[in-house]
Amino acid sequence: MLALVSPALLVILALIVLPVGWLAWQSIYHDGFTLENYRRVFTEDIYWRSFALTFEISLAVTVVALLLGYPVAYLANSVPKGWSILILSLVVLPFWTSVLVRAYAWLALLQRTGVINQFLRYLDVISEPLALVHNTFGTVVATVHILLPFMVLPLYATMQKIPGDLMQAGASLGASPSLTFVRVFLPLSLPGVLAGCTMVFVLCLGFYITPELLGGGRTVMVSMLVSRNVELYNQFGAASAVAVVLLLSVLLIFFAVSRFISLDRILGQK
Amino acid sequence: MTRLSPARIALYVISALVLLYLILPVLIIAPISFSSARFLTFPPPSFSTRWYQQYFANPAWMQATRVTLTIALLTVVIATPCGVAAAYAISQSRLRIMRVIHMALLLPLVVPIIITAVGIFFVYAKVGLVATLPGLVLANVMLGLPYVVISVLAGLQSFDPAQEMVARSLGMNRLRSFFAVTLPQVKSSVVAGGIFAFISAMDETIVALFISGGQYQPLTKRMFTALRDEIDPTIAAISTLMTAASFMLVLAAGARQKKSG
Repeated sequence: MLALVSPALLVILALIVLPVGWLAWQSIYHDGFTLENYRRVFTEDIYWRSFALTFEISLAVTVVALLLGYPVAYLANSVPKGWSILILSLVVLPFWTSVLVRAYAWLALLQRTGVINQFLRYLDVISEPLALVHNTFGTVVATVHILLPFMVLPLYATMQKIPGDLMQAGASLGASPSLTFVRVFLPLSLPGVLAGCTMVFVLCLGFYITPELLGGGRTVMVSMLVSRNVELYNQFGAASAVAVVLLLSVLLIFFAVSRFISLDRILGQK
Repeated sequence: MTRLSPARIALYVISALVLLYLILPVLIIAPISFSSARFLTFPPPSFSTRWYQQYFANPAWMQATRVTLTIALLTVVIATPCGVAAAYAISQSRLRIMRVIHMALLLPLVVPIIITAVGIFFVYAKVGLVATLPGLVLANVMLGLPYVVISVLAGLQSFDPAQEMVARSLGMNRLRSFFAVTLPQVKSSVVAGGIFAFISAMDETIVALFISGGQYQPLTKRMFTALRDEIDPTIAAISTLMTAASFMLVLAAGARQKKSG
């Protein structure tokens, strides 16, 4: 049996465990042990600002995705099967178009001469084109678009397991639909909320393509810090330290959440 | 059953808007790719296939397309058997270490891809695999493995191992009984896993940004660089083709799954 897993395991060890280990080593060793790289990450302004910005954007994206995703999951759960299949198909449809294609589409939609600005000017809502892209706004719009399915699917899976009888019991005891929702349905859907939020937040922390293409160079997320340190400045030690801190943040979040719900439940939705 | 309360109407409206937001970018690409305009205007002034012509006439785009298809095919050919073997071992073995191995095989989904990319770049730089085809294929095999493992494990879950025992008690060896009894029953999840690995290799961008170069640059890397410099509708044409291709693959996978029930 071990012989059967060994090819796969070897590939994983050689191409993810070894490289990540290498990064960790490189972050503390350069002609002798040093914590200089970490000192810089934690004290220098650009690093600090970039980490803060990344967490802010990830938080914003998670909140927006939850606000947009919850109603859709709720609707999919409360309509007849044919409709819910249609809704879920529309939710996963973007999954099958590449992230680059979608970045292109959002540029086409949001830029100054883009579809949305042209439409708003045609309606005379605005006289000057709005700056919708090459900034944090554009990054958030496109990132939420990519991560929304990761929110809706676990929410839907959790909502499906909530027995409908409970709602009826609430109603028969005299509660209004909104009270039943707040007191019964909402609390029971919280594991799905936690799973969805974790996935979206963690994936967003490491996002690279979308902020690079839609952020316009001003929205420097941690992933861009890593790549710039490698590609532009040849600061391998600094890049490695940033990568290690990012990875530890992700693992820490997974670990913290796994105390409340099983990891299978979070990752199983992919 | 469901009364049309104001809350219910609000739910419909919000959901419709969210769904529109989700599908709008997918819908917008094709019209742009068939537009004659140099800049993105909507609605398009007139129908044209010039961006498609530009794509097919450009040797750099064509070379990138060949590289991408080569990588994706080789990835499937390597990742699928490795993933199937691993999934089978994980589902059959009662060794405790298998749980750890199972988790390890899912690592590519957990580690942020930018970290994986930079790490592979450093390791490849040491062993001379940067800007080589084997280097790109190996990296994509690693990234595609979890999809095969997850898909095949799900398929094996509904398979009764006793059937294989019967085959073996009738004199087949383990290998033969696997190919004769087990594999045909999980075939659709194997195919689905392979298709996921293929799509993942077609789409992979970030690792390619760091480790590809020279003549071995996949489509995604060239697209990324082009998008960073200017917005050229040729990319809309490529995007439309890529989207159509991946939809067809997904439909094929779906049809298979339906057929085998």
